[in-house]
Amino acid sequence: MVFNLGKHSSSQFNQEMEAIRSDLLRMGGLVEQQVSDALESFLQADSALAQQVQQVEQEVDELEKHIDEECARVLALRQPAAIDLRTIIAVSKCVADLERMGDKAAKIAKLGIQLNEEGSLTTGQVEVRHIGERVKTMLHDALDAFARFDAHKAVAVAVADNDVDAEYHSAMRSLVTFMMEDPRSITRVLKLMSVFRALERIGDHSGNLCEQVVYLVSGQDVRHLSPADMQALLEQR
Amino acid sequence: MNTTQNTQPAGLQAPRAKMQAQDVRVFYGEHQAIKGIDLELMENEVIAFIGPSGCGKSTFLRSFNRMNDTIEGCRLEGRILLDGEDIHAADMDVVMLRARVGMVFQKPNPFPKSIYDNVAYGPRIHGLARGRGDLDDRVEDSLRRAGLWDEVKDRLHAPGTGLSGGQQQRLCIARAIAVSPEVILMDEPCSALDPIATAKVEELIAELSQQYTIAIVTHSMQQAARVSDRTAYFHLGELIEVNATDKVFTHPQNALTEAYITGRFG
Repeated sequence: MVFNLGKHSSSQFNQEMEAIRSDLLRMGGLVEQQVSDALESFLQADSALAQQVQQVEQEVDELEKHIDEECARVLALRQPAAIDLRTIIAVSKCVADLERMGDKAAKIAKLGIQLNEEGSLTTGQVEVRHIGERVKTMLHDALDAFARFDAHKAVAVAVADNDVDAEYHSAMRSLVTFMMEDPRSITRVLKLMSVFRALERIGDHSGNLCEQVVYLVSGQDVRHLSPADMQALLEQR
Repeated sequence: MNTTQNTQPAGLQAPRAKMQAQDVRVFYGEHQAIKGIDLELMENEVIAFIGPSGCGKSTFLRSFNRMNDTIEGCRLEGRILLDGEDIHAADMDVVMLRARVGMVFQKPNPFPKSIYDNVAYGPRIHGLARGRGDLDDRVEDSLRRAGLWDEVKDRLHAPGTGLSGGQQQRLCIARAIAVSPEVILMDEPCSALDPIATAKVEELIAELSQQYTIAIVTHSMQQAARVSDRTAYFHLGELIEVNATDKVFTHPQNALTEAYITGRFG
């Protein structure tokens, strides 16, 4: 179905809906930058950049509250239906996921600072970069799918999340082996594990965004479905 | 045009069609207002007809009790069945039909008579009451069901036209149900009412649906969303989509319906 989003008979309602969508994308852009910077600060041992990541969090939190208020206002004053209603519901769920991703990015930055102060790591770097890049792409694609109303792209992100989960478990196993071989590293490796965990969670939240994109576009609730089942549901339409 | 039509999910008892429109076409002289519509009104459901002005929803509603017969040059093709009987059959008594399929109009139109006589009018002409006591009971029962009894019981012999707009509309509903109809057609019953009176009528619709089949034409989509089980969207004399109301308002199947209910029409 083609959505004539700009053709609302009330131009003010149009503007309000546009503002909500663009605010969400702005918040998404900020979080994307946060994740990217957090990863970079961790890998380059750049404490200044890490502090910057933590500062952006406040801005993300403010946007979360602002967008939620706007959603509540449109619900109360405009009684949106169909695509407008689905947009409001999807956006208000997406902001929660984005905010959590921002938290995770800040956490990665904080752990990076701590690990820097304790001396350089001898393991995990390659895996962090690898999983980090994948997760960044997922988030980027999820936001892109939202902007373009692209449910198929959204499902592709859910597929990617399965791969990230598999890589996360494999990285965890090798870190456990590392700790057994060198018990003196346990404190620092536990922190490294938290970084992996945070990245994996960012991937999960990106997957949640995608479920909302599918709902937004098709009206179908695909939460808790496997990517294959999501695909099958989309094909049915 | 293809119509997206889903019936309600079957509950413990499969819903039964109270009225069926089969390939209904209505003409005003040369102009075709309804272009071949098939639709069933299920027993004890509230179905809302929505659509832009001139889409034929009121014309279609009025076809169900042959109200269009009174309009010069109006002609109907196709069939409309009530409990399986053709309402245009030669042996169908139109007066009886309109008692079984009652109507409430946009503007409250009480007769210039007392409140009591407004409600008693139908039972009297249809000979439904056996004696004064029976008639009193029927009037009280109808006014109670219409949620008006407590407001008017002390002034039953005051003129019906002296009531407020919302009360007048509920009086008209009481008048319609006094003859024990099976189906009630409502043509924008709340468009002349304030929000509180509207809320009362809407609550009444929900209660009445336990006993009657109700079809309501409304310009207020919020009202359709609040009161109906199913919603039918009409566009230029065609039935575009009919589905469970929550489906239509969260995820309509047709782009025309989507455009209309989100206010992107025209």
